[in-house]
Amino acid sequence: MNAAATMPAVSAAVGLPRVAPWTAARALLARDLRLALRRRDQLVQPLAFFALVTTLFPLAVSPESSQLRMLAPGALWVGALLAALLALDALFREDAHDGTLEQLVLSGQPLALLLLAKTAAHWVLTGLPLSLMAPLLGFTLGVPAVAFAAVTATMVLGSVALSLIGAIGAALTLGIRRSGVLLAILILPLAVPILIFGARATTLAIRGQSIAAPMELLAALAVLALTLGPLAAAAAVRIGLE
Amino acid sequence: MAWTWFHRLGSPPYIYRLAARLTPWLGWAAGLLIVAGLFDGLVLAPPDYQQGDGFRIIYVHVPCAWLSLMVYTWMGVAAAVGLIWRIKVAHAVAAACAPIGASFTAAALATGMLWGKPMWGTYWVWTPRLTSELLLLFLYLGYMGLRSSFDDLQRADRASAVLAVVGIVNVPIVHYSVVWWTDLHQGSSVSLTGSSIATSMLVPLLVSMLGFTLYFGAIVLVRLRAEVLRRERTAAWVREAVGA
Repeated sequence: MNAAATMPAVSAAVGLPRVAPWTAARALLARDLRLALRRRDQLVQPLAFFALVTTLFPLAVSPESSQLRMLAPGALWVGALLAALLALDALFREDAHDGTLEQLVLSGQPLALLLLAKTAAHWVLTGLPLSLMAPLLGFTLGVPAVAFAAVTATMVLGSVALSLIGAIGAALTLGIRRSGVLLAILILPLAVPILIFGARATTLAIRGQSIAAPMELLAALAVLALTLGPLAAAAAVRIGLE
Repeated sequence: MAWTWFHRLGSPPYIYRLAARLTPWLGWAAGLLIVAGLFDGLVLAPPDYQQGDGFRIIYVHVPCAWLSLMVYTWMGVAAAVGLIWRIKVAHAVAAACAPIGASFTAAALATGMLWGKPMWGTYWVWTPRLTSELLLLFLYLGYMGLRSSFDDLQRADRASAVLAVVGIVNVPIVHYSVVWWTDLHQGSSVSLTGSSIATSMLVPLLVSMLGFTLYFGAIVLVRLRAEVLRRERTAAWVREAVGA
């Protein structure tokens, strides 16, 4: 940890240009997006999983439309949660494997900001597409068209919070073999409030009522995750790379 | 100079001997208080006007629930101390607390279910209080699972410490869940400023809670000694202490 604190002084002494933290974060965000877009077929996997899981509910419970509408919010949110959890496994894995994560820690830039950039890239590639696909799957579950915008909005807020909390779990399980299940066990208790408020907001939206209350709570969770999540993830990454 | 006691607690042989000295006191005091509290509560206290004799499970349920939160708080504080000051003994304390806290949480949930069936008509309702207590159990299990998935002890300590500190956010949620939301579970009837429970029922409850707390103190010290022995098994003082 001391090495990272003295790096800016070292780089200044050696004559290397000082890079502003936001510039470094933007560069990291762009790099992550560019790398992921080179493997476009892998981006579809969380979406396919989401669609499959959401399809399981009407097949397993009941295809009758009134019952479907009742279980639609829960099915959508559980499906999105599980899809996001599976995708979170890969947030740091590649960079930890090839040593990039170590370089980020040693770069002298604030690690929390860099991890926020990585999480933002991950969200743009998984959380955002999941949120945009949710109304479509909601339609197959009988969600009325008036609720589509609300469903997307709740999913966007919820997936932001989930990505940030998931980053903590992904950082904690760095380097553990077959960490997918453990990651889910660690993240799910912390993700339950998001699920509760998100499903509540979706239910209210389907009924045509105001979603202000659960949305505000979801926004509060998202802000909490945004401010404190990267700090916890940075501590966890440093521990994982010791 | 004022902090030497704190740093002395971080010395494994010191805490090993201190724990050995404290455990009998805590254990016997706990035993007496629990027996007294339970006898008073199960036999002497009058039956409730509404619940009859069924309310007496409160003398086990409330101490278990209170301890499930208190143990997590201690675990989180010890984990934070270990993370910030890098004191190994603090990590040992957190590791010792976890299984005890998980057991108390499971006991609180189980006694709550046994109480709920006759009184509410159901074993379980998905209300904030019960749901957040269940999440507390999962947080304990996640902590123990994360700890056991590392081979390197130092990494296991520090990673699970981060998890413990992050999970502390659940403790106020469990505590205030009956204040923030309308809940089938009753609101708090005992607080620092007073209580709405009749004295003849309140006294055995407080005695029982104190007894259970001292019991936790005794068994956490026993577990801590075992944990310290395991971690320091190659040290010279261990060989002397164990007498091998």
